[in-house]
Amino acid sequence: MASKVYPSADAALAGVLRDGMVIMSGGFGLCGIADALITAIRESGVKGLTVISNNAGVDGAGLGVLLESKQIKKMISSYVGENKLFAQQYLAGALELEFNPQGTLAERIRAGGAGIPAFFTKTGIGTVIAEGKEVRDFDGEKYVMERGLFADLAIIHAWKADTEGNLVYRKTARNFNPMMATAAKLTVAEVEHLVPPGDIDPDHIITPGVFVQRIVHVKHPVKRIEQRTTRKRP
Amino acid sequence: MPWTREQMAARAAQELRDGFYVNLGIGIPTLVSNYIPSGMTVQLQSENGMLGMGPFPYEGEEDPDLINAGKQTITELPTTSYFSSADSFAMIRGGHIDLSILGAMQVAENGDLANWMIPGKMVKGMGGAMDLVAGVKKVVVVMEHTAKDEPKLLKRCNLPLTGAGVVDMVITDLGVFAIDKKGHSGMALIELAPGVTFDEIRVKTEASFRLKN
Repeated sequence: MASKVYPSADAALAGVLRDGMVIMSGGFGLCGIADALITAIRESGVKGLTVISNNAGVDGAGLGVLLESKQIKKMISSYVGENKLFAQQYLAGALELEFNPQGTLAERIRAGGAGIPAFFTKTGIGTVIAEGKEVRDFDGEKYVMERGLFADLAIIHAWKADTEGNLVYRKTARNFNPMMATAAKLTVAEVEHLVPPGDIDPDHIITPGVFVQRIVHVKHPVKRIEQRTTRKRP
Repeated sequence: MPWTREQMAARAAQELRDGFYVNLGIGIPTLVSNYIPSGMTVQLQSENGMLGMGPFPYEGEEDPDLINAGKQTITELPTTSYFSSADSFAMIRGGHIDLSILGAMQVAENGDLANWMIPGKMVKGMGGAMDLVAGVKKVVVVMEHTAKDEPKLLKRCNLPLTGAGVVDMVITDLGVFAIDKKGHSGMALIELAPGVTFDEIRVKTEASFRLKN
């Protein structure tokens, strides 16, 4: 079997990118994003992208760099408040936007990856989110139908992988990455540590290798902090 | 004297109970963690995938992989667990979280909440707020009583809703209201800030409410 490990982010995306494709991008804010893969997408020049990601990066970092280069046509997100460029492009009509409640977004991705085309949730009942969607009564409560999401490509970040593609995440950098790994035709994982099979305790694996087709080892990724908050030492 | 932000947070902390799992929103709700009564154990949930949230780190010990839902650096505790966003919202939507304390732009007397959008002006998104108010057992709003002298406690919200009939309690700088969100008895004033009169709060409130002892 051919190796899943690719020598660079460019190589890991070679032959995959095309205009108009749908990409899932892991991370919460700038925590747990596949930064090297986002940079490689920027350099490829591919455009007209639909990007599914909880946030849209900040000005100059994360998905913000793909907004800057106007490669994104549409975002499916829950919160984009950190990005001024986003607001400008959206209010100018240059960018489509679909807001999803964060839990609904997470579940749509989980469902899409698990072969579930739709599900019912009470989140959004009585709000604009439920408008135009099927609403059904279960046990005396109203629920709205939401569709599963599936993408052409998922770019995710993990802390450690083995060469089989089994993944472990670190702290809150896990967030959307495990679901997105399951919900695309092709999943590329950017990992900080790459080890031989057997080095990770099988009981500790979060994402089994079946969900990961390509791996790129990025030893010292850039990790930015959006809100550096500290307390005084006693 | 109306309550300060800190006093509002302290009042909200009175809604905590030993053993509660709690989600705190951004702003005044975050301050509630400073007023957890000693001897009481409360686990704080952060919807980006953490239960058992610790305090802010000491300078030099910030970890970019360890943030809360407001993207602030935080720390872990011996009780901490990490999980995916799907598991996080299974906790929230599935009714496993006891209390959600969050801010608001408007609350209506029937428990409707608006806190995510001003059409044509603010393009930020709802984040996890719609899931929290739909799924958490008790929802407490902490907010200023008025915005630029305009009431925020209304008969009906005129901003897009975050949830319909979801708020159980509102704590403002002037007092505390209980809302019967499932029943029909509406909104009741249950507490006044020290020195605030019933007449003052009535003038500054558009929603109709009754007095409850």
